Amino acid sequence: MIEKVRAHPSQNESLLFETSSPGKAGYQLPELDVPTVDPAEALGAQHVRREIGGFPEVSEVDAIRHFTRLSTWNYAIDLGLYPLGSCTMKYNPRVNEAVARTEGLMWIHPYQPDALSQGAFAIMAELERALAEITGMDAVTLQPAAGAHGELTGILMVRAALQAQGNPRKKVIVPDSAHGTNPASVRMAGYEVVNVASNDRGMLDAEALARMVDEDVAAIMITNPNTLGVFEEHISNVARILHSKGALVYMDGANMNALAGISRPGDYGIDLMHLNLHKTFSTPHGGGGPGSGPVAVKKELEPFLPLPRLQHAPSGWSWNYGRPQSIGRVRAFYGNFGVLVRALAYIMAHGGDGLRRATLDALLNANYLRKMLEPHYEIAYQAPSMHECVFSDRRQAANGVSTGAIAKRLIDYGFHPYTVSFPLIVPGALMIEPTETESKQELDLFVRALISIAQEAEENPELVLMAPYSTRTTKVDEVAAARKPILKWRG
Amino acid sequence: MLDTIGASTLEDLYAHLPEEVRFPGGLNIPSGKSEYEIVDYFRARGAENANQHANFLGAGVYHHYRPVLVDTVISRGEFLTSYTPYQAEISQGALTAIFEFQTMICQLTGMDVANASMYDGSTAVPEAAMMAMRITGRDGIAVARTVHPEYREVLGTYTRHLDSARQGVRVTEFEYDAESGQVDLASLELALDENTAAVIIQSPNFFGIVEETKQIAEMAHAKGALLVFVFTEAVSLGLLEPPGDADIVAGELQSFAIAPSYGGPFAGILACKERYVRQLPGRLVGETKDANGNRAFCLTLATREQHIRREKATSNICTNQALIALMATVFMTLYGKQGLRDLATQNLAKAHYLGDKLWRRFKGPYFNEFVAATGVQSAEEINRRLLGFKIIGGLPLDRFYPELKNSVLLCCTEMSRRADMDAVAEAFGA
Repeated sequence: MIEKVRAHPSQNESLLFETSSPGKAGYQLPELDVPTVDPAEALGAQHVRREIGGFPEVSEVDAIRHFTRLSTWNYAIDLGLYPLGSCTMKYNPRVNEAVARTEGLMWIHPYQPDALSQGAFAIMAELERALAEITGMDAVTLQPAAGAHGELTGILMVRAALQAQGNPRKKVIVPDSAHGTNPASVRMAGYEVVNVASNDRGMLDAEALARMVDEDVAAIMITNPNTLGVFEEHISNVARILHSKGALVYMDGANMNALAGISRPGDYGIDLMHLNLHKTFSTPHGGGGPGSGPVAVKKELEPFLPLPRLQHAPSGWSWNYGRPQSIGRVRAFYGNFGVLVRALAYIMAHGGDGLRRATLDALLNANYLRKMLEPHYEIAYQAPSMHECVFSDRRQAANGVSTGAIAKRLIDYGFHPYTVSFPLIVPGALMIEPTETESKQELDLFVRALISIAQEAEENPELVLMAPYSTRTTKVDEVAAARKPILKWRG
Repeated sequence: MLDTIGASTLEDLYAHLPEEVRFPGGLNIPSGKSEYEIVDYFRARGAENANQHANFLGAGVYHHYRPVLVDTVISRGEFLTSYTPYQAEISQGALTAIFEFQTMICQLTGMDVANASMYDGSTAVPEAAMMAMRITGRDGIAVARTVHPEYREVLGTYTRHLDSARQGVRVTEFEYDAESGQVDLASLELALDENTAAVIIQSPNFFGIVEETKQIAEMAHAKGALLVFVFTEAVSLGLLEPPGDADIVAGELQSFAIAPSYGGPFAGILACKERYVRQLPGRLVGETKDANGNRAFCLTLATREQHIRREKATSNICTNQALIALMATVFMTLYGKQGLRDLATQNLAKAHYLGDKLWRRFKGPYFNEFVAATGVQSAEEINRRLLGFKIIGGLPLDRFYPELKNSVLLCCTEMSRRADMDAVAEAFGA
């Protein structure tokens, strides 16, 4: 029987468990320099396990080949444009990876004496300062592990701040264009979600909002620019409305890549916001994490930030736990420090002017794509685009070709798809965010691909519907996966 | 490009913004630095931290050797610079690796299902607690005082405000036995009632002591509560009986080739019995077929998640710790069936070498951590003396347990040298 049935050896890789053979291993341990201990004697026989059934048994060469082969089945920024809207898939500079592996940063224990961690403190303090400057805020916590974690932290702070005034209130307003994490975070913080519809320009309607805000509203969560890539033009007015009723304004900073250096939320009424260091500040997404979701706040909210806080004295940096109004810890230790190192390296490489220039280039790229694609795809809202643009598949859907099908066909043209069917308020959304790190050459290839697919949708919709054709796996049956879940290898 | 857009300057691109939101100045951040300057800056900061010290701290973060291959694999751009694998056809690499990860976590823990990762161990605990509350419809949580103190703090933060309709969640802590360092079963019994959704224990616990999981599971189940089993030292699972009696396992994989990095990024896990899978938060990868009938993988059961269910989701978690989970996957692959056991056995031997020389506070069985009494000296004095030998001593426990004065939590791993352990013993006056 011929084992290698596909074109390339890497196209036929088995699971680790299927290639294991007894006795194979890829590890070495130093010779033990102390007496051996019998596990059954030390721990009690009832506490000692039998062998780990099914666990891999492969050599080092087997292992590297396995994972290298798997890697070739992945698309990545390093291979080309990755235009996922609201995900900010920009180039991940490799110097950031190098500095995060500095010996004295990588091998430091969170409980070692503060005097032996002064370099780590300095990095965190510098990053807090830079993020406060970029957002126009007064204080920053670096503890949250991801954007959604930052949202929860922020809304818990809203609750603590209002509670301190005697009434935590009941509801948080969330626009219908928001990421799903927003309403989910609100719920976890013990609030009711009140959805508010966007107006026909894709923005919050200040007048409609004014009617909704009462003494039960604790806060609004606004993504700005919103998920349509549109700047909320009435944002300062929205803030005034909320503040007049004693409520707070939370900004989801997922789209801060549109604002760094040109607009600071702290300057126009935002009380607190989170940032996604794995978006705006270039730390790698790594196939789904790690992220980091610092929360920046105005002075009034500082007492409620998570424990502990950085503090500086003539003797050096240390952690301050004496903060009675704090919401407490949201995570063990101090945050995803390794991600913080990378983000600071990014900020240092750019400087203030460079960050602003990156923002302008992100706007340029998004608006260029919008202009080039507008004749072929229906723009969802006429309002000006910031760092991303959202189309609807309405024209193509007339021929039975949906945004999902166009996305799969894009793969055959060598690109990762845009964000599909989000935001939910756009029928058949194509949400496209090129980021500043793409060249005109790459953007033009992408434009030509999408124009070509629009033509295919007109002339030969079947061709689009069956895509992709070029990948290792053809169209994956996600419905079957959910109907009868197989969530681990069963041998 | 500007011509195409119909703009004359880059500034025109945001001219439509109201004046009050435009930032007129320049950011007060020093101008851009070259690669060399950046490397130099971080090298200097690294030099201000502990360098080349031997380290006897554990307490949730462990110094284990990181095989070179781990960084080789995760540095591949295809893994490093890809997004969450929503587009299955061009993400089979990440999806296959996650499927293998889920499988290995099940093999290791004795659970039926494991998700694709959580932020860390500390945040996996409240997620497990909330899961238990949804499953049982109860809102009491009983947690052992021997669960990592910072994990319990995070549990407190999460539960304090949860679901005002339920008027908060009641978290009760139960005691440890002063002799054994294990859960005090009488105290646990008192903490249990008809409203207890989950009993949360950690093993090896914060004192390094192995708990009697089976017995605790029986007590929890007798009251209709679920058992949530927490681990912070994943290497222990190479040797210790897997917590098959638990209903949910929440743990931290930092020991699997994830550098201490001052506390993160790490990778948490959440695993459970099959019947609870619909209440499990986080991403799951499932096996399916492609149009040609070949095996393929994709994200599945998304109706539990926030991007579909919004405020009705099981959790708000979106981004997890995929790349860090991949580090652990490569680590588990390299050590494998025999290696993980050998590694755990070395840890056991090292810890017992030092533990046997010191006066241990607790008599329960211990893995690679133990609590040593300092005698007439203070923990601070001992640690100060050790620093003179470039040794970072153990964690003084009164920081978290006021009743445990003159007690130090020490950890030994395969990286602990005999000479350093002898120096520690000497500093204790042993």
